Amino acid sequence: MHKKVQFWSLLVLLGLMGLVGRAQDSTAGRPVEMADRLRADGKIYVVVAVLLTIFIGIIAYVIRLDRKISRLEKGSK
Amino acid sequence: MLRKNWWKILCVILLVYTIIAGFLGAVPAKPILNETIRNLYFHVGMWFAMMVLFTVSGIYSVLYLRTGKPVHDLYALEYAKGGILFGCLGLVTGSIWARYTWGAFWSNDPKQLGAAIALLIYFAYLVLRNSMTDMDKRARIGAVYNIFAYAMLFPTIFIIPRMVDSLHPGGMGNPAMDTKDIDPRMEIVFWPGAVPGWALLGVWITTLWIRMQLLAEKNLSHA
Repeated sequence: MHKKVQFWSLLVLLGLMGLVGRAQDSTAGRPVEMADRLRADGKIYVVVAVLLTIFIGIIAYVIRLDRKISRLEKGSK
Repeated sequence: MLRKNWWKILCVILLVYTIIAGFLGAVPAKPILNETIRNLYFHVGMWFAMMVLFTVSGIYSVLYLRTGKPVHDLYALEYAKGGILFGCLGLVTGSIWARYTWGAFWSNDPKQLGAAIALLIYFAYLVLRNSMTDMDKRARIGAVYNIFAYAMLFPTIFIIPRMVDSLHPGGMGNPAMDTKDIDPRMEIVFWPGAVPGWALLGVWITTLWIRMQLLAEKNLSHA
């Protein structure tokens, strides 16, 4: 129980750190070309969505493999 | 279930965090690098994962030489394979990144050459093992060679590239990853997210290989 609480509080902390990091945005010196237009059009979110879909697909495959091996391990004992 | 697998859940959460914050988080605007600076979370993550896997592999090789338990040799072999996988990914992703920042996929940069040599030494570990049919001999010579391969990582990817001019960050005495130089907005994605996330994924995949190999051996002994 105690471990679980620790785990979730760590997660919340990580999330907060991300927000703080985004809040302090500053560009020093002469402007450098970044993907400002891409972000303004909101299209970067599409890339994030695609990448997350692929990542979740791969992780789902790894989890399935993990479960299958676990089942085989139980069967061979 | 949760008691045993919590680190796998942590791995997925950290990597999801890395992907989301890695693309949407703020990064410093720098000429030449532009948005490719975000590769730090992915390309450098591969090398950290590789170092973790090779270190674990080396430890199991030492353990094998001390105890003589065949299972330690199996662990060393599979962790070395995991390290090779992530090392290759690091080399390829670095090459793609180099194409758009240094101008060519491969420019014989000392950092690139050093990484390639380090990986070739590990390839030789696999070849060497398979050249011997005697199981004990294979495990023992393999373990000794694996420790040598681990020792060779340090001059090839850490020391030599720092002694000569290099395009890669880390030339001329600077570390490849200057902890004081990295932007704090990127630090909070890189250190808590990308580094442990990719390393945990590497360990996860490697443990799957190990469990599969142990199952295969068990089946062989029953047959």
